[in-house]
Amino acid sequence: MIFFLMRRLLQAVAVMFVISVIGFAIQDGLGDPVRQLLGPTATDAESTALRHSLGLDRPLWMQYLDFAGDAVKLNFGDSYFFHEPALDVIARYLPATLELVAASAMITLLLSVPVGIFCAIRPRSWLSRGLMGLSLIGISVPVFLSAMVLIQLFSIGIQVTLFPTGTGWGQWLNQLLSIQGGMPAYGRGNPVHVWGVWYTNFASWQGLLYLLLPALSLAFVMLPLFVRLIHAEMLEVLESDYVKYARARGLRPSRIYFLHALKNTLLPVVTLGGVQIGTLVAYTLLTETVFQWPGAGLMFLDAIERADMPLIVAYLMVVGLIFVVTNTLVDLLYRGLNPRVTLSGRAA
Amino acid sequence: MSFENGSPSTAWRRFRDSYFLYRLQRDRRAQICLLLFGLLMIGLLLTPWIAPSNPYDLAQINLLDSELPPFWIAGSEPGHPLGTDAQGRDLLSTMLYGARVSLAIGFGAVLVQSLLGTVLGLLAGYRGGVVDALLMRLADIQLSFSTLMMAIVVGAVVKAAFGGAFYGDYGVAILITIIGLSEWPQYARTVRASVLAEKRKEYVEAARVLGFSSYRIMWRHILPNTLSPILVLSTVQIANAIMAEAALSFLGLGMPETKPSLGSLIKSGFDYLQSGSWWITLLPGLFLVLLVLVVNLLGDWLRDTMNPRLYKG
Repeated sequence: MIFFLMRRLLQAVAVMFVISVIGFAIQDGLGDPVRQLLGPTATDAESTALRHSLGLDRPLWMQYLDFAGDAVKLNFGDSYFFHEPALDVIARYLPATLELVAASAMITLLLSVPVGIFCAIRPRSWLSRGLMGLSLIGISVPVFLSAMVLIQLFSIGIQVTLFPTGTGWGQWLNQLLSIQGGMPAYGRGNPVHVWGVWYTNFASWQGLLYLLLPALSLAFVMLPLFVRLIHAEMLEVLESDYVKYARARGLRPSRIYFLHALKNTLLPVVTLGGVQIGTLVAYTLLTETVFQWPGAGLMFLDAIERADMPLIVAYLMVVGLIFVVTNTLVDLLYRGLNPRVTLSGRAA
Repeated sequence: MSFENGSPSTAWRRFRDSYFLYRLQRDRRAQICLLLFGLLMIGLLLTPWIAPSNPYDLAQINLLDSELPPFWIAGSEPGHPLGTDAQGRDLLSTMLYGARVSLAIGFGAVLVQSLLGTVLGLLAGYRGGVVDALLMRLADIQLSFSTLMMAIVVGAVVKAAFGGAFYGDYGVAILITIIGLSEWPQYARTVRASVLAEKRKEYVEAARVLGFSSYRIMWRHILPNTLSPILVLSTVQIANAIMAEAALSFLGLGMPETKPSLGSLIKSGFDYLQSGSWWITLLPGLFLVLLVLVVNLLGDWLRDTMNPRLYKG
């Protein structure tokens, strides 16, 4: 345990070191800040003086130590655009992203477990064949595309004019197949203030309505991955001796499926969840772009457009920290679920 | 298997007797996928001759033709079977040319990452020790970051540092480099796993006893035996690279609109979704899904057929 935590800590330090070096390298936009500050007409004496006063004439490693020292104190400088500390800006935008992720994680979990189990229990039914086929298509659909299809269907709506409009039944079929739309698909609406400090979309119907389409489209990309994994693992587990024994003992099928088999199925699911955290952040960026959801991802992309270096650096450091922490938590959780695993990395 | 060396039909005969062909003849889905893939490839190779117009040629574009609908909707024109985009470019031609760009980036990125990953994986697996530990920790770290996120970050940094114009000029090369560099761990881990399995076999020992250099053993003896996992991984990775490129382009970190890939076509069409011109964005999207789905299905089938020891995780 101690060994594991030490190794994790070492890895975390290595990751944060690499990110901070990248952050240090790009913090001035890879240009010469002195020239940018003084313009081309400055004399040599002037630029030397400024260089000295900014501390840029010192060796590179000392400058890096300065940067790292500030970073440890969570000081990444002021955002060029917002004129306030970069971390404050991120703290303001991050909750929206977290709510989006939480909502879609809930949808994914609530749908993928029953679907995956059903498809494993009844592999020959037409429904599970259809669902597995859908999941295969699902992994080939990029998140922004499913988001756009959702917008077209439920926000803009579709008017079907396929059937002749002159006849009654044609009218009726057209109307039946048309979708009204009208769902909000832009921004966050008006989040409700809870307990004075927390703006949330969870506390009102209107907020949930705004949350629905972004969360659904984010869930649709994660769903196929999880359904396929749970299905495959469940099939394997159902063949194992202990499940056969449980059946022979005459346990209720529901107990076998949802207690005995599911527990072992969840192991790889947890691992996948951990591995997918990074991908999830990337997908969040895309989803927030489509829906103009005012979260950290959209803020990051705007920061790139504005070349707002302190904000970019701060975002990278925060995301890196989130990765490191969640990966460690997933490993610990894995150990909790499967006592046979030693944390040095191999099953006993 | 027959070993009639020297006869000109040996390769063909080996193919005819192979398990690969046997499986292919018995799998309808794989046949359809292969056929579709072949058709797509031929279509994209012949695009300059079969496309109704050339979207890069400004003389062929008429701004008055913008946002024409596809043929099954009233108001379409026969010259533009799938309609036109907001700049009046023929959508079918633009999609075909865009798919060429997407596919070129996909293949290029897979080439880069497979070369890099194979070399590093071979080294790590064969040499072991410090080299192995260092390279695999690096791969761990990079994978824990997710390759897509890595690509986005590198793309963002390059764009912020050099500006959008530079990005537009060297888009293809930049994207190939970014996606190639961020995905090498997949190959390194797979190759390393099979090298570790191969290393213990007698033929490697025999080669070592014969005094071959480790360089020769790695490249001429071990590498050919790790090719089937590399091949299987490559199909999946081509699909992934195409998706990654589309995602980057959609975020504005990819190909510019003047030389669009499927991703940047989807992005440029997105602004017109609200005004009712859904085909500008959804048709290229469907094309992208079709392309990726066919490649994914082929990869699935290859994995079932060749059944290599893929690195699980």
